[in-house]
Amino acid sequence: MNEQRKSNGMTMVKKLWIAIGILALLSPLGVIVPKWLGAEGGWGEWGIGEIEKIAGFVPAGMKRLAELWKAPMPAYAVPSQRRGLLGESLGYFLTGVIGVAITAGAMYGLSKLLARRNNSDRSDKD
Amino acid sequence: MHIPDGYLGPATYGTMYAVTVPFWAVASWRLNRTLKAKQAPFLAIGAAFSFVIMMFNIPIIGGTTGHATGATLIAILLGPWAALISVSVALIIQAVLFGDGGITAIGANCFNMAVAGVFSGYAVYRLIAGHAGVLSRRRWIAGAVAAYVSLNVSALLTAVQFGVQPLLERSADGQPLYSPFPLAIAVPAMAIEHLLVFGFIEAAVTALVIKYFQKNDPEMLA
Repeated sequence: MNEQRKSNGMTMVKKLWIAIGILALLSPLGVIVPKWLGAEGGWGEWGIGEIEKIAGFVPAGMKRLAELWKAPMPAYAVPSQRRGLLGESLGYFLTGVIGVAITAGAMYGLSKLLARRNNSDRSDKD
Repeated sequence: MHIPDGYLGPATYGTMYAVTVPFWAVASWRLNRTLKAKQAPFLAIGAAFSFVIMMFNIPIIGGTTGHATGATLIAILLGPWAALISVSVALIIQAVLFGDGGITAIGANCFNMAVAGVFSGYAVYRLIAGHAGVLSRRRWIAGAVAAYVSLNVSALLTAVQFGVQPLLERSADGQPLYSPFPLAIAVPAMAIEHLLVFGFIEAAVTALVIKYFQKNDPEMLA
């Protein structure tokens, strides 16, 4: 793993970031295709209202815990996004970009922190 | 496969945190000894890939959706400990910012998709790939089979955690307090959709990316 290594004039890290960017651009398919085929969400990921329909009641403990945490962008929707498929797709894309950026940033910071002991500037020069 | 808040009772989500935290600790300790600063961009990309690939909800007939996790692929490319942490970071951010998976269920979701997903996938990959050359067909076939097994292990664990709730936690009058679905419903429902559809998606993604690296940068697979 060496980000200096180049193929076709572009570093592998740059190429992989372009791939992640393309995936983020395509991510609204993750909303559009299920909607188009009438699929709702993952098995066992229903909200309280849906559970009541499926099971006929809302378990007491579930009711207590379900609203424990208020996520700032629930279900990959940006605050005050437009209704309808276009608004939802745009919100999904935006939250995808935000999520990718924060995930990558957090993992980068954590990796740097963990790698402090083996700082490559000192231990191996290549 | 992201268990929301309210589906698992304290006995289960507490246990799953207790089981997962030591894996995070060992992974951090291992990375602390081996990770080099110049590898940080690859770990960041690994976590970002896991985050974004999980956004591709694939629908099946019957009304539910599923997705790949990237756990096996990341384990093959970055090693199991880096993959464990990368997929965990993606899952924690999905739970905290987007409500995808519960806060109480972070231990469970990270165990199912990161810990079990990574180690089952990595073990099967090593077993099948053996000493086969980096460019051999056996490598991407090993990756595909490993990814298929790994996603199904994650799904089965998730289904079992759902399914044991009515056995573990009941109110005084015998009603389930958390996930109301017994093992006999949860396990077949989740196993069938992952065995028939989502496992193959994970396998295809993994094999295609391995083939890409075989063609363009085989050192990533060394």
